Amino acid sequence: MSGVPSDTAPAVSIRHVSKSYWRGGQRIAVLNDITFDIAAGEFLALMGPSGSGKTTLLNLIAGIDRPDSGSLIIAGVDVAQLSESGLAKWRAANVGFIFQFYNLMPVLTAFENVELPLLLTSLSRRERREHVETALSMVSLTDRQDHYPSELSGGQQQRVAIARAIITDPTLLVADEPTGDLDRQSAEDVLSLMQQLNRQLGKTIVMVTHDRRAADRADAIMHLEKGEFSEREMVQLSENVT
Amino acid sequence: MYLLKLILANSLRHKLRSALTVIGLLVAILAFGLLQTVVGAWYAGVDAASASRLITRNAISLVFPMPQTYRDKIRRVDGVAAVSYANWFGGVYQEPKNFFPKFAVDHESYFALYPEYVLKPEEFAAFKRERKAAVIGRKLAQEYGFKLGDIIPIKGDIYPGQWEFVVRAIYDGKDAKVDTSQMLFHWDYINETVRRALPRRANQVGIFLVQLKNPNDAAAVSLAIDKTFKNSLAETLSETEKAFQLGFVKQTEAIVIAIRIVSFVVIFIIMAVMANTMAMTARERIAEYATLKALGFGPGFVALLIFGESLAIGALGAGLGIAATFPVAAWFAAKIGTLFPIFEVSRDTLLMQIAAGLVVASVAALLPARRATAVKIVDGLRHVG
Ligand SMILES: Nc1ncnc2c1ncn2[C@@H]1O[C@H](COP(=O)(O)OP(=O)(O)O)[C@@H](O)[C@H]1O
Ligand SMILES: [Mg+2]
Repeated sequence: MSGVPSDTAPAVSIRHVSKSYWRGGQRIAVLNDITFDIAAGEFLALMGPSGSGKTTLLNLIAGIDRPDSGSLIIAGVDVAQLSESGLAKWRAANVGFIFQFYNLMPVLTAFENVELPLLLTSLSRRERREHVETALSMVSLTDRQDHYPSELSGGQQQRVAIARAIITDPTLLVADEPTGDLDRQSAEDVLSLMQQLNRQLGKTIVMVTHDRRAADRADAIMHLEKGEFSEREMVQLSENVT
Repeated sequence: MYLLKLILANSLRHKLRSALTVIGLLVAILAFGLLQTVVGAWYAGVDAASASRLITRNAISLVFPMPQTYRDKIRRVDGVAAVSYANWFGGVYQEPKNFFPKFAVDHESYFALYPEYVLKPEEFAAFKRERKAAVIGRKLAQEYGFKLGDIIPIKGDIYPGQWEFVVRAIYDGKDAKVDTSQMLFHWDYINETVRRALPRRANQVGIFLVQLKNPNDAAAVSLAIDKTFKNSLAETLSETEKAFQLGFVKQTEAIVIAIRIVSFVVIFIIMAVMANTMAMTARERIAEYATLKALGFGPGFVALLIFGESLAIGALGAGLGIAATFPVAAWFAAKIGTLFPIFEVSRDTLLMQIAAGLVVASVAALLPARRATAVKIVDGLRHVG
């Protein structure tokens, strides 16, 4: 099945979102009146120079930050309106996180890292085990389940992180420079995996990257321009090679 | 299970740092325990004192005696069951540093008032038979290696001269609170000798020991006794044995207070050290905590991790410190000998050590946990790169 959606309701609907930071008594506008949609099942790459606000925007979409104004309707929920604990619950159920530096717990094995988000569910121990085994096999790390992050390569760690991101079966995956710390081959593996999650499981993916080759794996690229707010149109790409 | 593993594994991440903290805690809790035990030893006499006995002394001061003839008058006071008497002997065994209490007691009546001194009947009989005989406590016997039949020479000071006593009986305490570091001998023997050398000082008693029929009458009987000797040559002051002992301790209370303060200062210092350790640890893990929060874990979970880690380290350090307190206290008790008749780690000390460990670990985790829970996820995550 194709990950390129056309007629489904948008998974993410961003309306007039602004965000600024205060630093040294000075207001730094990072996002200014941003409005766009992300369709369900879309794999969107966010590009732009450093400091353009990509991470800030991603954090808003992921529900770990709040806009100064505007609304973010994600899977039908206005996340800006949720309470702190409501937002946490919402994230646990709806968002999978992939970070540049993997952000695995160093004291937990690959298996335990993947299992972590399931502790917030009511699944039994056995059910958790089954889920974790499935997720690890999807990222081809079954044989590494008892390894600690320090015993894994960067690419393997990122795959563990991806398994953790999909373990609760969220509809939305957010990835901030997921290949930024990886060598070319590992990056390719990770991107293929993400593409697969998008196409086979229908995950909506928002990926921040400044690597053009990584962005090319997405269905669409959106540019955040240097400076405060400018937005480019979505760039539809032709089907690319895996 | 899972949480426990996370907490324990986290505690072991910086092995050196954790080990140093554990050692610091061990030493602090141990020192705290020992200092509290010293304080306890100071009050041991008060704790062991009976509420059903009064001590009657000269109202002017303990160093002034009373006529032995008071005994019969005291016995006739309502509420009095039995009366005995004793004199503080002073004296030095070989060297002044070999301190232990020596009393000349009325060998006929004294031990009936002190059922907590447990004597073998045949030894007690032997003691009573011989004028130069002495009864010594088990601790005293052990410390100096005195055995039955040994002669203990004492150089007198209050009662001048060279004295010799034969050990005829060794008493044990009914329980651990009983002071078994004393040496007791015949008042008659001392009195006889004094009468020959210093007739003026004969037939004088240092303290009368009064057994009450009913402990509740202590106040009334004390008053009645003291009234009996009102306006006589030696007016008396009667009080319960507890009050009497407390009066002794009061004289040195400043030292006890100082020791107490030091013991808490030690705890306070380790608290600061551990708080610093936990702050360092939590600061390093800000990104991890932010990740957990991003994944949907609440601030309570993050706080639990920090408190758990602090408590794990605290439990280990305090546990080792408490475990070390007993052998170290025993070693210390053996070293100081009869200086503190009772030197035992009490249940209260143990509980205070546990409480101190808990408080140290909890307080140490407080600020780091507050900070870690308050940090915004996005700021915490930026800690990584
Ligand atoms: N917590 C913050 N406090 C202050 N300034 C911030 C904060 N987060 C981001 N910024 C600033 O906002 C701008 C955009 O940051 P970011 O979204 O991380 O950009 P990008 O991910 O595109 O590199 C930068 O100038 C950055 O310094
Ligand atoms: Mg960024």
